[in-house]
Amino acid sequence: MNIQAVKVIYKYEMLRTWKTLFQSIASPVLSTSLYFIVFGSAIGSRIESIEGVPYGSFIVPGLIMLSLLTQSIANASFGIFFPKFTGTIYEVMSAPLSHYEILLGYVGAAASKSFIIGIIILATAGFFVDLDIKHPFWMMFFLILTCITFSLFGFIIGLWATNFDKLQLIPLLVITPLVFLGGSFYSISMLPPFWQTVTLLNPVVYLISGFRWSFFEVADVSIWTSLVIILGFLAFCLALVAWMFKTGYRLQN
Amino acid sequence: MKTIIAINNLSKQYASGHQALKKINLEIKSGEIIALLGPNGAGKTTLISVICGLVSPSSGSVHVNGFNIIKDYRETRALIGLVPQELTLSAFESVWNTLNFSRGLFGKKPNKAYIEQLLKDLSLFDKKDTELRLLSGGMKRRVLIGKALSHEPRILFLDEPTAGVDVELRKDMWNIVRRLRDTGVTIILTTHYIEEAEEIADRVGIISDGELLLVEEKHALMQKLGKKQLVLELRDAIDHIPESLNAYALTLSDEGYKLTYRYDTRSDRTGITTLMKAINASSLTLKDLQTQQSSLEDIFIDLISSKENLK
Repeated sequence: MNIQAVKVIYKYEMLRTWKTLFQSIASPVLSTSLYFIVFGSAIGSRIESIEGVPYGSFIVPGLIMLSLLTQSIANASFGIFFPKFTGTIYEVMSAPLSHYEILLGYVGAAASKSFIIGIIILATAGFFVDLDIKHPFWMMFFLILTCITFSLFGFIIGLWATNFDKLQLIPLLVITPLVFLGGSFYSISMLPPFWQTVTLLNPVVYLISGFRWSFFEVADVSIWTSLVIILGFLAFCLALVAWMFKTGYRLQN
Repeated sequence: MKTIIAINNLSKQYASGHQALKKINLEIKSGEIIALLGPNGAGKTTLISVICGLVSPSSGSVHVNGFNIIKDYRETRALIGLVPQELTLSAFESVWNTLNFSRGLFGKKPNKAYIEQLLKDLSLFDKKDTELRLLSGGMKRRVLIGKALSHEPRILFLDEPTAGVDVELRKDMWNIVRRLRDTGVTIILTTHYIEEAEEIADRVGIISDGELLLVEEKHALMQKLGKKQLVLELRDAIDHIPESLNAYALTLSDEGYKLTYRYDTRSDRTGITTLMKAINASSLTLKDLQTQQSSLEDIFIDLISSKENLK
């Protein structure tokens, strides 16, 4: 394995994060803080607790997931799309490293960055609400798994996209609505029965539910269902990326 | 000399149906400079891209230092440095970082002394902390060469290294190439500037429409295929060529003072002796005469057009 190459790709991608510190880290933290102020304090103070959890605390896992998903996808898709767009990808493609090493470098960096953002948001949330994490191990596990899975998904989008429009298409039109409608700000038990059933088709529901369970032992679906769904999505992304590499999709003529 | 790159029956057809390479066979010797000459769209870049792993071949094989480029890609790619045609660089990176990034990509541990020396050789050392977007076009080209050399390759591909580069810089680039060859690096360059091939290459391959028309040692090629012309300067101007000389397809120029005769150095009979006899027998008096060898450019145009004619 060409560890040196994985290291330089990882380092290069992380360096990009520090160079654009405001955009990369300050901006998601700021927007999450705004959510806490508006939903948690202003509106939340008028909402009763949900299943025994104060509303302000209840939205923390959903808000972290919202940032994790959008940030993982944005980082990883941009990381691979940009060198493709500028043409500098030629160097990576002509270097003695396998596609999986390329993946490790880019996805590893994007996932690390999302993880850092997740932790920062969690710490920020601590300033606004009381947090008592019931299952720290599961919380970390879900956090890391989500970072990796959605960074991988972002990498796929970055490979697929042929222009900036396409790069934004899925995060904006698919991911954001799914997260907002996936129970970030409410428990799906609050919905009418018909919409409860429809909501179960949204994979993000399982993600947020599992993550919320690790905090408060409160969940819309069983933790094991959540785990199977997220691992299933990870397997789907891995299979897709394996197919892309095998066929040289958008990377090799 | 040892063969470092062996290309056998290499073909490439793109998904669009365009046949970019047609059964290319070529052996490149270690330590030589070979120029692949051809018009735009001839398949030069595709050929390079296949060897470097950017384009997958449709059929045929390529071996680099005995290793197959697909099966043993780690071994082959580690030996190769590629300077692409376009000035593709990350805008906000520094010269120093980009060279170290390239070195790392090729699996080499950081080597400060080597990169420093490389930058000095390329007259870039004083720009080492400058962001790439602030460099001039010529400097960017040198950075790309630096990146390609950062992992100490034994083979360097230069894809149109002097396209859009001014005369001064072009000569500078040629000197860099020659210095590299002196260190034992094998250099394969593509160009559509005949002058470039003529100036620095040991061998010249001519590619047109995906086919390698010929590969020859440069001087042998010029001698073998070269046409010469004999220019006869007359003491007195004439307004038409005498009938007795009609058989020689002469052209009259310089207000009737100059007769030009073109002949092929490859043929046994160049026709010069009989022409001279015929001139002797005519009423013409010669003031001077000289011969001129055709350049690689003339040979190139001849080859390409004769291929077009065959179609």
